[in-house]
Amino acid sequence: MQLTVVAALGGTVFGTLLALARLSPARPVQLAAGGYVNLMRSIPLLLVIFWFYFLVPVALQSLTGADRPPRIGAERSAYITFVMFEAAYFCEIMRAGIQSVSRGQQGAAFALGLTYTQAMANVILPQAFRNMLPVLLTQTIILFQDVSLVSLLNVTDFVGAAVKIAQRDSRIIELYTFVAVVYFALCYLLSELVKRLQRRIAVVR
Amino acid sequence: MHWSIFLEQVPDGDVAWWRMLASGLLWTLATAACAWVVAFSIGSVIGVMRTLRRPWLIRFGNAYVELFRNVPLIVQFFIWYFVVPGLVPAVQDAVSEMDPTLFQFITAVVCLGLFTAARIAEQVRAGINSLARGQRLAAYALGLRESQTYRHVLLPMAYRIIIPPLTSELMNLVKNTAVAYSIGLTELFFRTREMGEITFRYFEAFAAATVIYAAVAFSANRVMTWIERRTAVPGYLGAHR
Repeated sequence: MQLTVVAALGGTVFGTLLALARLSPARPVQLAAGGYVNLMRSIPLLLVIFWFYFLVPVALQSLTGADRPPRIGAERSAYITFVMFEAAYFCEIMRAGIQSVSRGQQGAAFALGLTYTQAMANVILPQAFRNMLPVLLTQTIILFQDVSLVSLLNVTDFVGAAVKIAQRDSRIIELYTFVAVVYFALCYLLSELVKRLQRRIAVVR
Repeated sequence: MHWSIFLEQVPDGDVAWWRMLASGLLWTLATAACAWVVAFSIGSVIGVMRTLRRPWLIRFGNAYVELFRNVPLIVQFFIWYFVVPGLVPAVQDAVSEMDPTLFQFITAVVCLGLFTAARIAEQVRAGINSLARGQRLAAYALGLRESQTYRHVLLPMAYRIIIPPLTSELMNLVKNTAVAYSIGLTELFFRTREMGEITFRYFEAFAAATVIYAAVAFSANRVMTWIERRTAVPGYLGAHR
């Protein structure tokens, strides 16, 4: 649960930066961001989770020059993974959001003498966020479900805890059914809320 | 880096590691292909159901989509693998006589198929609803029955419209087969992890898997783009691009 919130917030921040990079006029920045996003989106999340689990310690070792990989622990590596992974998905959403803002807005902002940063921060991004809020929240619900995959890393999230209890008490059927029901209730409720929000904040054009 | 690891022999067995990964890839592709057939047929039926004028069919379709969309995939895998055989005696009997690998494969196909079907149903419905209402009315006016209207007028157009989202569903499906690792299906991700654990060459193994997954996703994308171009209606849907 906490992991979902952290990953959604971190993913939004990094995703927005990535989206700006993909839309930047500088070609190398554009290519690098595009490559990162496409790579992340074409491999399974499970593979990404394990990449970071095994690779981040090694990378940190070579960065700090320690003689042994630092122990990060499955949990912290899961945080890093989900922020990085979701950034790729949020990037695409934000890119669509930025592109949905009409061109005149940007022109008007520049005409008022705002710099690029000011125009983005005060004019374009607020509108992009507003337009894309329902999509961002839907992606967060998907993220909430995807987080259950960390149970395969032996992190005791909701599913991980259920697996452990199920094995301890050999009550597999009851526990897995319970987990499914809880997830269903939560996600159904959340997506209904998103739908209601979507109707309320829709901009009249 | 130690790339020759792929040519080295697996400790217990006389094949090299690259062959293990290749067999994993075959399982991944087979699972994805079978699941796609299941998902596409069930998804189309449910999607069409949700556009008919029969409240109970619409309600059933909606319930199906909400149910499969709101439970995480891995939990669905556990349900199909552990709970269903435990609750339904007939399935249990069949499973006890079945080869475990076959059982894992069938579970993965059913689970991924039904999971993806919910997503495809949503897109089929959106595709049909995006057509101008006149198309349906014109078909009725020509004297076509409801089934003929769908078969000859609505579905051919709707499928063409939803090819791009279907493409990303296909790529999602290939990626989701990695979750079948949780029930022990020896697909690509399972083999990759196994290789990492036995040889401690995690970096090489994961790098290979990443390249393979990316290549599969890329070719799936190309094929779908090709289909999209082949089936474009002239003068419609950006056919002359």
